[in-house]
Amino acid sequence: MRFTLNGKPVDVDAHPLRRLLDVLREECGLTGTKEGCGEGECGACTVLLDGQPVNSCLLPFAQARGASVQTIEGITAGRERDGDALHRLHPLQEAFVTEGGAQCGICTPGMVMAAAALPAGATLEQIREGLAGNLCRCTGYEGIYRAVQKAQLAVADAPTKGKAARRAAAPRKSPARAGAKRS
Amino acid sequence: MPSVGHNVPRKEGAAKVTGSALYIDDLRFPGMLYGRTIRSSVPCGTVTRVDLDFDAAGFTVVEDRDIPGRNVIALIEDDQPCLVQREIRHAEEPILLLAHEDREQLLQAQVRIGVKPTTPVFDPRASTRVFKEITIAKGELRAGFAAADAIVEGEYRTGHQEHIYIEPQGVIAVPDDGGIIVYGSLQCPYYVHRALMVLLGLPAEKVRVVQTETGGGFGGKEEYPSMIAGHAALLALKSGRPVKIVYDRVEDMLATTKRHPSIVRHRTGVTRDGRLTAIEIDVLLDGGAYCTLSPVVLSRGCIHATGPYRCDNVRVHGRVVMTNTPPNGAFRGFGAPQTLFAAEVHMERIAEQLGLDPVRVREVNALRPGDTTATGQKLGGDASALDVLREAVQRTDFDRRRRELAGTRRGIGLSLVFHGAGFTGGGEVKLASKAALELTPDGVRIRVASTEIGQGTRTMHAQIVADALGIPYEHVEVAAVDTAEVPDSGPTVASRTCMVVGRILEQAALEMKKKLRGLAPRDYLRQHGPLTITKQYEKPAEIEWSDETYRGDAYGAYAWGCNVAEVEVDPVTYEVRPVRLTAVAEIGKAIHPVLARGQIEGGTAQGLGFALLERVDLRDGRMSNAQLTNYIVPTTLDTPPMDVAILESPYAHGPHGAKGVGELPMDGPAPAVVNALRSLGLDLREVPALPERIVELVPEGASLPLGSLAGVAAATTGGTATGKAGGEAGGTSASPAGEKAGAKPGAKSGAKRGAKAGGKSGGKTGGKPGSKAGSTAAAKPSAARKSGPKKK
Repeated sequence: MRFTLNGKPVDVDAHPLRRLLDVLREECGLTGTKEGCGEGECGACTVLLDGQPVNSCLLPFAQARGASVQTIEGITAGRERDGDALHRLHPLQEAFVTEGGAQCGICTPGMVMAAAALPAGATLEQIREGLAGNLCRCTGYEGIYRAVQKAQLAVADAPTKGKAARRAAAPRKSPARAGAKRS
Repeated sequence: MPSVGHNVPRKEGAAKVTGSALYIDDLRFPGMLYGRTIRSSVPCGTVTRVDLDFDAAGFTVVEDRDIPGRNVIALIEDDQPCLVQREIRHAEEPILLLAHEDREQLLQAQVRIGVKPTTPVFDPRASTRVFKEITIAKGELRAGFAAADAIVEGEYRTGHQEHIYIEPQGVIAVPDDGGIIVYGSLQCPYYVHRALMVLLGLPAEKVRVVQTETGGGFGGKEEYPSMIAGHAALLALKSGRPVKIVYDRVEDMLATTKRHPSIVRHRTGVTRDGRLTAIEIDVLLDGGAYCTLSPVVLSRGCIHATGPYRCDNVRVHGRVVMTNTPPNGAFRGFGAPQTLFAAEVHMERIAEQLGLDPVRVREVNALRPGDTTATGQKLGGDASALDVLREAVQRTDFDRRRRELAGTRRGIGLSLVFHGAGFTGGGEVKLASKAALELTPDGVRIRVASTEIGQGTRTMHAQIVADALGIPYEHVEVAAVDTAEVPDSGPTVASRTCMVVGRILEQAALEMKKKLRGLAPRDYLRQHGPLTITKQYEKPAEIEWSDETYRGDAYGAYAWGCNVAEVEVDPVTYEVRPVRLTAVAEIGKAIHPVLARGQIEGGTAQGLGFALLERVDLRDGRMSNAQLTNYIVPTTLDTPPMDVAILESPYAHGPHGAKGVGELPMDGPAPAVVNALRSLGLDLREVPALPERIVELVPEGASLPLGSLAGVAAATTGGTATGKAGGEAGGTSASPAGEKAGAKPGAKSGAKRGAKAGGKSGGKTGGKPGSKAGSTAAAKPSAARKSGPKKK
């Protein structure tokens, strides 16, 4: 089945009813997307489908046909991946590290993807609403709010550096799909 | 540049935010099988037969007879089998293990377990099997009650709590040259190491345990990983292939440990001005089917049971008993959140009964430097109960806010707590933890078994070592946690990883610095060869403890906390919405302020879940809501803005003065929330405070807020307040101050009580160090103090 994965066209042979989560992790080798509950409650498996956050554990692979899927690896790969160089990360990723938005890290990829779909200049209320489908058991969410707000400021302040981030922050409209987040 | 006290980038930060950090489910090995556990489904009985209703070709099947060593999960009592042979004690007992290379086929395999059921025990009060009993005694209880003007009694309850680390439990066991390597999501690699040696009958060098990046623990990955590792190892040894077992969420919630439910009874003698003269406490914990860590959970619970208060006459009696439910175990706070909940709601009731102000009554009794705890531990200068209380009262403008909210559906309440860091009593001496530093060309490598589970172990340890050696933080590496490579620095539990293990590392670094004599690491290595310094825990000389009498220094140091919760109750649904939470924590030293704050915020949110949302619904001993759909943990929308303040009063034997921070934040939110609800006239003494519980407290036709609880006798779970002088019998209440404040409508009573307490207890404590409290509490909030909630 053909679809766009992190900006590149791919053709993956998998059963159309397999969960998108499993296809990404097992067929595409992208293990950055995590499984926390398998029932669409925790949001650890959040990816962007045509720019919209979805729970990939609820989404049959068939729904990805022809669509654009972005995972945590995609948001990172746009920049040079380097374990030590925080400044090369996406502004959201960088802020999650410095502001304590990531503790154990298992919800982080999903949380970053959900945050990437927030509108630019989101208010705290919008951030809370937008992340309500993603559970974090470590942070009490405060560090996550600080991280998202800092990243949004960084994007607003640095026009060149923030280009990719802004693209991620401005989801294209697409019809609601199965697995789309409730919030 | 020193790194301690600064927010250096966390060691594994980039790996976690890019998704490149490898958790157990991200790993695959060639030829790997998937494992599955077949469980009992009845809570009590004996296994009569096991039938495989599938073609077993291609399957590996393990039963108890296949266990090469002893069929136990070795921990404290060695009473829990790895696989049930005959006796079933709870509904999730593992009976049979299956492995197959195809997950679908594995899941489709049907096994029939024949069971002869027997009558289970679910009510801990009815249990006759006691895992552990503890008594703490101080002074003369009889004399203490004789000196009291009033006696306040009550019973308080807390329920199970499920950890909900977002990464479920999982391991991969790999057969290795007659031995076994286990990779897994875990907190305590050497617990697993020891359990596997016993289970498999292997010598230490044939068992290797490697921690993979761990997606949360909170105590849930303290003892249970020994079980799942045992299962995977048995399947791996029998099949000769790597075996992965990763629980799905449902199995994780059904089968793994939870927080011990508690029933705590208090009977307290108090003087008119609120001074405690006698404290008698009975603690009952539901241990579930096996002992696991229950004795130590009970121990910590009992030691914290009085709350952070001074009293000359104390008796705490605690029991943890067996029920036919899955074993309960470690969960952040380890017994203390349960007993501190009771202590702090009881303290609120004492204030209500005496018509005293809740802040004042705590001020009068709070432990001060030089005071002794229930175990007779004399507190040092870092005892900060009053400091955290005053800071919280000031930040929230508590007294004024309480008056403002009177008569509305919003309530405000507070709690004062403390939490001992490190293993209880002689525990640290027995652990004899070791930590090692190895010189590298660029700096040094830390080798400890202390795990990073989100709290920032690697980062915080590296900061301590860097500063002790005087090298940049970036030059400190942290070795992967692998029992083949790192010494046993003890389990990653009990708020000990910074205070205890950090201290050992600091000592090792100082010794290494001496050895280097100013040489750069590279030069030293060239001239003298490899250098590794291993240091062991040394008990500070002044710490004394007796396990026989339960007297002495229960913990090296305590962290202190005060929470203020403001909540609003929906008039129709009775749902409680937390509006604002303030957490003040005195933790000695914040090695990394962002990480420390993260511990406080995260623990506070868990405490909020414990208070308001999280209920484990057991039916016939099985969790009926084992899904995130109906076991509710706080989301962004359930978590209010938090105002966090960190105070630092250094502990002499902690690195840079640091104490423990991990568990303290879990202790205070639940009583603060319940006390806030009590300010609305709801006589609540139990968590979680679900709408269905609250609605029962609202009389037909009444609406919130109800009248004040001041002077009102216990209506619900059997607590009473008896005016000693009044001579009434049978549990009717008499306000000892002779003032039936309770009769007045709630709207006014707050102000009334405030004024009265101000005059009375304020005057009473006049000459003492506590004397400033009245004026501090009344101080106006500055703009800066108000800024807390705005930060969000």
